[in-house]
Amino acid sequence: MGNQEHFRVWRGDDETGDFVDYDVEVNEGEVVLDIIHRIQATQAPDLAVRWNCKAGKCGSCSAEINGRPRLLCMTRMSTLPPGEPIVVTPMRTFPVIRDLVTDVSFNYEKAREVRAFVPPEGVAPGDYRMQQVDVERSQEFRKCIECFLCQDTCHVLRDHEENKPAFAGPRFLMRVAELDMHPLDAAAEQGLNRKEAAQDEHGLGFCNITKCCSEVCPEHIKITDNALIPLKERVVDLKFDPLIRRKKRARRA
Amino acid sequence: MTEIEQLSYDVIVIGAGGAGLRAAIEAREQGKKTAIISKSLFGKAHTVMAEGGCAASMGNVNDKDNWMVHFGDTMRGGKFLNNWRMAELHAKEAPDRVWELETYGAVFDRTPDGKISQRNFGGHTYPRLAHVGDRTGLELIRTLQQKIVSLQQEDFAATGDYEARIKVFAECTVTDLTKDGDRISGALAYWRESGRHLVFEAPAIILATGGIGKSFKVTSNSWEYTGDGHALALRAGASLINMEFIQFHPTGMVWPPSVKGILVTESVRGDGGVLTNSEGKRFMFDYIPDVFKAQYATTEEEADRWYTDADNNRRPPELLPRDEVARAINSEVKAGRGTPHGGVYLDVSSRLKAEVIIKKLPSMHHQFKELADVDITKEPMEVGPTCHYVMGGVEVDPDTGAASVDGLFAAGECSGGMHGSNRLGGNSLSDLLVFGRRAGAGAAAYVDSLGSQRPAISDDDVQVAARRSVAAFGDGGQEGSENPYTLHQELQQTMNDLVGIIRKEEEIQEALDKLEGLKARGEQVVVEGHRQFNPGWHLALDLRNMLLVSECVAKAAILRTESRGGHTRDDYPTMDAEWRHVLLVCTLNADGTIDVERQEQIPVRNDLLDLFESDELGKYFTTAELGGRI
Amino acid sequence: MTVATLRTTSPEAGAGRAAIAARTLRTDRWWIPPLTTAVGLIAWITYATVRVFMQKDYFVADYHYLTPFYSPCISNGCVPESAHFGTFLPDVWWLPYAALTLPFLLLFRMTCYYYRKAYYRAFWFSPPACAVAEPHAKYTGETRFPLIGQNLHRYFFYAAVLISLINTYDAIKAFETGDGEFGIGLGNLVLLVNVVALWAYTASCHSCRSIIGGRLNHFSQHPVRYKLWGWVTRLNGKHMQLAWLTLGTLALTDFYIMAVSAGWFSDPRIIN
Repeated sequence: MGNQEHFRVWRGDDETGDFVDYDVEVNEGEVVLDIIHRIQATQAPDLAVRWNCKAGKCGSCSAEINGRPRLLCMTRMSTLPPGEPIVVTPMRTFPVIRDLVTDVSFNYEKAREVRAFVPPEGVAPGDYRMQQVDVERSQEFRKCIECFLCQDTCHVLRDHEENKPAFAGPRFLMRVAELDMHPLDAAAEQGLNRKEAAQDEHGLGFCNITKCCSEVCPEHIKITDNALIPLKERVVDLKFDPLIRRKKRARRA
Repeated sequence: MTEIEQLSYDVIVIGAGGAGLRAAIEAREQGKKTAIISKSLFGKAHTVMAEGGCAASMGNVNDKDNWMVHFGDTMRGGKFLNNWRMAELHAKEAPDRVWELETYGAVFDRTPDGKISQRNFGGHTYPRLAHVGDRTGLELIRTLQQKIVSLQQEDFAATGDYEARIKVFAECTVTDLTKDGDRISGALAYWRESGRHLVFEAPAIILATGGIGKSFKVTSNSWEYTGDGHALALRAGASLINMEFIQFHPTGMVWPPSVKGILVTESVRGDGGVLTNSEGKRFMFDYIPDVFKAQYATTEEEADRWYTDADNNRRPPELLPRDEVARAINSEVKAGRGTPHGGVYLDVSSRLKAEVIIKKLPSMHHQFKELADVDITKEPMEVGPTCHYVMGGVEVDPDTGAASVDGLFAAGECSGGMHGSNRLGGNSLSDLLVFGRRAGAGAAAYVDSLGSQRPAISDDDVQVAARRSVAAFGDGGQEGSENPYTLHQELQQTMNDLVGIIRKEEEIQEALDKLEGLKARGEQVVVEGHRQFNPGWHLALDLRNMLLVSECVAKAAILRTESRGGHTRDDYPTMDAEWRHVLLVCTLNADGTIDVERQEQIPVRNDLLDLFESDELGKYFTTAELGGRI
Repeated sequence: MTVATLRTTSPEAGAGRAAIAARTLRTDRWWIPPLTTAVGLIAWITYATVRVFMQKDYFVADYHYLTPFYSPCISNGCVPESAHFGTFLPDVWWLPYAALTLPFLLLFRMTCYYYRKAYYRAFWFSPPACAVAEPHAKYTGETRFPLIGQNLHRYFFYAAVLISLINTYDAIKAFETGDGEFGIGLGNLVLLVNVVALWAYTASCHSCRSIIGGRLNHFSQHPVRYKLWGWVTRLNGKHMQLAWLTLGTLALTDFYIMAVSAGWFSDPRIIN
């Protein structure tokens, strides 16, 4: 019933690797992950691929299809140019473990560097009151499924391994923005300035807002417009805008 | 054999979904050195798939709600087979567990007065589900994940090591538990990435591995759901209960084939979606069972009024408990009134405005758009039943989550009893939190009670388990060679066709015969390649668990000669009060066969029975049980 | 440490990454958008430069049409009627007649979050397109001089608001004919459209969005600013389109006024 397609899948490990060709059947409605599974079940049982929910909700099956960072489970075969070989590679920004599976531990390290939500003192559980309009921005960022495609595509990391220690990447700068916009986060009371941390510890200045993170986001989160730029503007409030700073100081005095 | 890395912890949690993470947080907060072992990456567990919400009687939207109503709904939903103590604890503690999440940083949708918003759901009397759009599970897992990170940050500040007191072992699979005499002593695991073994020495192990759905062909569950915790418990000598009860969610996607089974959240119906057959009829009105006649609307007009005036109208029958809706859809399709792809229509497009649909059901809109090319704001969805949840699991003490083996605990989907014969939507996320915390506390108390008398791990046990886990690579001794993928497909087909949503004796028997054959062939599985990230090998190990658990399901299903909740027998179509007080308990014999035995339930405490009208109780209980009540 | 635990990534490029030689594996024509951007920007800059230094055909005295490229006209070389704010700059060939405002407009656009994306991609190839490797060996982004200066965007936004007010004044002033009567011609409509587009672009600025309300953490306590923020947010979604649209309206307005001023055709009049 299906037709044959030509797949070129990168196979290898952290030392060597190359493309391997597979001719494989494709049926109506299938996504790239289905085809990878078919290759696994019929031609290469040890082909390594990471996946989980197969519904675009867990963000495990991140890889690159025809050079573009995508979720394998959300890329329908019908959206790819017919008759041309389909090239599937692991994410290029992270060390490869085997075949399509990469070591994404960089992201978990960065996650740890962002100081967690600070609960407001003196507010008992159950007494939290927040208006919907006040939580909506943070909620958009919390849609993130941590597929790390934004981290993969961001040229700051992708093209410059040496920037990894200094730059948290769009995912975790967005996490800082989420917390900084949280109506009840009490970081400031603890002496933690999240804006300052964004600039000085998480490398917000590296971002040149070229928006590739927003382009690849499978959740369609407007990472650049709604998280990174507003965060940059908040840093400007803090560090580069003497007017607002003076106003603040006057208010404190 | 090569040297195996050995690590020592106070508490090991197997599984990093909601229950596992909540258990780990509790154990760590009680000062125990805790490890979390997860088959997937941290934060990817199946909990992310939960869409609708987390049930807790906070009464934010309707202040008539309280734990007693929630308890009653849960018992009703489970057809009174539930472990009543678990249902009681669950109903009482769920609100605290949800509020606690806000202190971890969760951001739920809000009511106009700034409280956590709650939505309607099948089987719940009042709007009760705390939610974030239709991605509540993601919010829950991310919140717990971030709480663990925050604990690690505390530990880093105190010790200079993030992982001093709580560590996540991601992409790591436990293959066997070890015992010292009758007590748990540790676990053998391997890194999926390298295939290398490692041993955890720990006096307390909490199983939080989720369900068994991958034994079925059409399922909403991910690959992880291979019944690992169920099987580990059996092999460690613990017992499973209620394994015959499997929830088929009424609404899974049916088209295209590659996404068949993926969940369509119940919120679609909670927010106004209706089910129609190919003749355009809202057929659910024909399927209201007698026990629910009092609570559900009998006309479309009344049902529609309920969405705006729930106090004065009865609920629409689309919101009956899941087992009822799944059976109804199944009957409609069998009667030839199904859609072209063998489902029924679920329509919100004619009921809500496009903006409202996108606001309230964003991930459903996205899922259908991207996977099926269907715009749910313009056209109906096609849906059908999908294997979703197993009510059965490890038999545990309600208060501590302790299994019958010392040192073994279980929480979440892999434990049994809480939901009886059928789980209400939204009760799963609250179950995870309530019993995850209790299992964490139970394990911590158990570790404290040991003092210096800790069980020790035996090197021989480790070597045996390690050898068993790599047996599939073959030593040339196997006669035939079986492909794990083929066996898995056959198992899924067998369970789906023969022990599926509607069951009969001959078919279950046929399934048992087939399972026998599959088990034998399972011994002959040979995998290719090496041990680094080898999916064939991973599946071979999972298959062993699935076969064991499937046998429990089939053996329990053939014994229970009635229909109740997630167990429907074509040959015994009615509910039988004589079966309500009986549990079927699975254990594993030394020769590898499964035993299923009857066990009497502990009678429901009187003050809890008092919460129900006596004529309602009369529908479920025997006259003898009710004594003077009727 | 075992393999799947957190490892610190070694800083040298390529550490452990999949050995794929190709700079990109994209098969689509990814180079078209940056090329289009480059062509568009170069064409516009060329036109604007030529016009700014022409120092003629910028004013239609009969209808008070003043091109935005010469507004406000403050050079001693300006036609007196076109200089609403006095003249004080020396009339030399290398100093544009609107030399007080043009630098701010240039800086407003150069530090604009959209244009930054556009020229970082199209001219600096950093990156040329998503998942296409950039050619530079080192990258520090906007962390140090001079690019750290991009953070001054909001000052240029403040300036741009003032200049938009001047442009608005020009557009209103143009409803008065040389004889001091009220009149409307096609040129008025052109000026009006341009001014509306300029306001839309200026208001859709990311800095504006932050100042208006984005800085707040409790929208619920500032309903008016929240409302405004909502409007700006909606406009902000079209910031790129507005950036290009205003380049178009600016050039067209200028060209129209040059054409009328040079007598290539006469302004069709609707009233007077």
